[in-house]
Amino acid sequence: MTSFDQSGEAASIVSVTDKVKPVSLGMAVTAVHYLGDRAAFVGTEESVAVVDTEGETSKVEVSGGGILSAVSDGSRILFGGDDGKVSALDKAGSVSVLATDPKRRWIDNVAVHPDGAIAWSVGKTAFVRQPKGEEKSLEVPSTAGGLAFAPKGLRLAIAHYNGATLWFPNMAGEPEFLGWAGSHHAVTFSPDNKFLVTAMHEPALHGWRLADSRHMRMTGYPSRVRSMSWGSGGRFLATSGADMVILWPFVGKDGPMGKEPAMLAPMKAKVTAVACHPKQDILACGYEDGTVLMVRMQDGAEILVRRNETPPITAIGWNAAGTWLAFSDESGEAGLLRL
Amino acid sequence: MSDASKIPVTVLTGYLGAGKTTLLNRILSEDHGKKYAVIVNEFGEIGIDNDLIVGADEEVFEMNNGCICCTVRGDLVRIISGLMRRKGKFDAIIVETTGLADPAPVAQTFFVDEDVQKNARLDAVVTVADAKWLSDRLKDAPEAKNQIAFADVIVLNKTDLVTKPELAEVEARIRAINPYARLHRTERCQIAISDVLERGAFDLDRILEIEPEFLNAADDHDHHHHDHDHGHDHHHHDHGLKHYHDEEMQSMSLRSDKPLDPAKFMPWLQNLVQTEGGKILRSKGILAFQDDDDRYVFQGVHMMLEGDHQRKWKPDEARQSRVVFIGRELPEDAIREGFERCIVT
Repeated sequence: MTSFDQSGEAASIVSVTDKVKPVSLGMAVTAVHYLGDRAAFVGTEESVAVVDTEGETSKVEVSGGGILSAVSDGSRILFGGDDGKVSALDKAGSVSVLATDPKRRWIDNVAVHPDGAIAWSVGKTAFVRQPKGEEKSLEVPSTAGGLAFAPKGLRLAIAHYNGATLWFPNMAGEPEFLGWAGSHHAVTFSPDNKFLVTAMHEPALHGWRLADSRHMRMTGYPSRVRSMSWGSGGRFLATSGADMVILWPFVGKDGPMGKEPAMLAPMKAKVTAVACHPKQDILACGYEDGTVLMVRMQDGAEILVRRNETPPITAIGWNAAGTWLAFSDESGEAGLLRL
Repeated sequence: MSDASKIPVTVLTGYLGAGKTTLLNRILSEDHGKKYAVIVNEFGEIGIDNDLIVGADEEVFEMNNGCICCTVRGDLVRIISGLMRRKGKFDAIIVETTGLADPAPVAQTFFVDEDVQKNARLDAVVTVADAKWLSDRLKDAPEAKNQIAFADVIVLNKTDLVTKPELAEVEARIRAINPYARLHRTERCQIAISDVLERGAFDLDRILEIEPEFLNAADDHDHHHHDHDHGHDHHHHDHGLKHYHDEEMQSMSLRSDKPLDPAKFMPWLQNLVQTEGGKILRSKGILAFQDDDDRYVFQGVHMMLEGDHQRKWKPDEARQSRVVFIGRELPEDAIREGFERCIVT
């Protein structure tokens, strides 16, 4: 197993706080995604606040109730709602309902594939629909905690209790089961398609090397990991959950096994959200005291983006070109920064 | 637990057919000006349109912390975090469990899960019991016994289907297991909603009032039925003093009028629940510590404890410490000795 100890101290910090354009969204926020150059802040219920580079905000109703999950492929954002609907918001700002649960059960998770396929889960059942419209479903042993499409091929990972199931919806035969005791929530494939990582109910990550299902335990967190982001072309997985950013190395065939993670940007508050820059070796992270930093992965150099003393940062994200950073705290006090 | 900003959660248990769904339907249909989010195990049994009714799967899993009795309800963790997206749209949460469920994992979820703890607090475990069948179920169904042992409030339902001696019998059996729960007699679950929901701090003060040794079935007067034949049955009216001793499940209470030493008491209690937590189903206490003007309260389920300073002792209030345990085969003598050693002499 691989573990880390927390230590380290804060260095003096360069500040760009005066360059941030503050935006008051007036609603609780759980995530942010980019649609082109417009930041789409996902509310806890009903609405998304779309903010352009000038800070102009417009609200779009995407759900009839609580928004339980949201994912984006860059051209549209998918939402799973407690109104039993899978909806989507596209770049033009139009909302469409893609699926409706006949019993109005919660859509707990959604996922989107680069080729246009979508997936959602309701309790123990995961659904996949391909662009041509065929819908398939798979029941897993217990409630799905998270969904993720593999970067290559049409393959869906479904995290649940005691492991994850890997399903090729277009292939006959039994789905593959990767076991590990405990409850698995969010799930993510490494961009090179070699590893699968889940965030567990307890403060730990679990990973499998897909070639041989070899286990990777990643522990040492004081609290649950809620935010994970692949950086530097998939060479690192940056995570929240400690009072610094934990960066697990995924270089080489063994992933993080037997290696120490990098520990960046230590603060006196827990990291609540991380987002790696899409092109450069930089990440942005938000803390539970409202601090936002940009951190260079190589040497841990920090730039202050927002000072502390606000509610926890719940949303942070870059546009695809990496020229804009957007973030928000849980009460909807957001900011945009042009790089 | 004293945090008023947390959403109160009522856990509704009861053996099959006792009347849980009847009670839920009443809570949801009555005009009380409150809105409840309800987590049910059978979607569709509730005949009321409410967009805050959620189906649960009762998925119990073990925490990977080496403690085998440390089980939680994973689906509750997920559902409560989802409900928090609708914060402000409801006043309280009710969790219905299946008739065969052990209440421990539900209750423990509120102790171990960091997200749940941050947002919600366990208000009370309410057990609906069938007056006609409970005595039998206590003999053959361990779940029924657990549900009685865990309860803060017991709704003894269908009292119209039993005779007075039968009612006295079933109440005595309940009291043999759990003398501390508030007990209400009902027909068709006719009970004031305020007697069941938002009880606050687990009806904790009740442990100060009850002397299990002198339990009297006349406590908790039934609101809806007057005892018309009171004058005629003196010869066999036993005032509830008929005593049962449940062979397996007991309760015990400890008391001290002298203050406790927190440096001794807390480690003792921690150690006790760590070593005997498998046997201890519920623990509750109100504590007067030396050199402390605050009342300290705690409650626990198996190995998990949660405690806090509750409020200042009132000037006219006796600074008495009281601790109760409900469990199986409790090592009574050892517990008493350990408690005595925590008293400041």
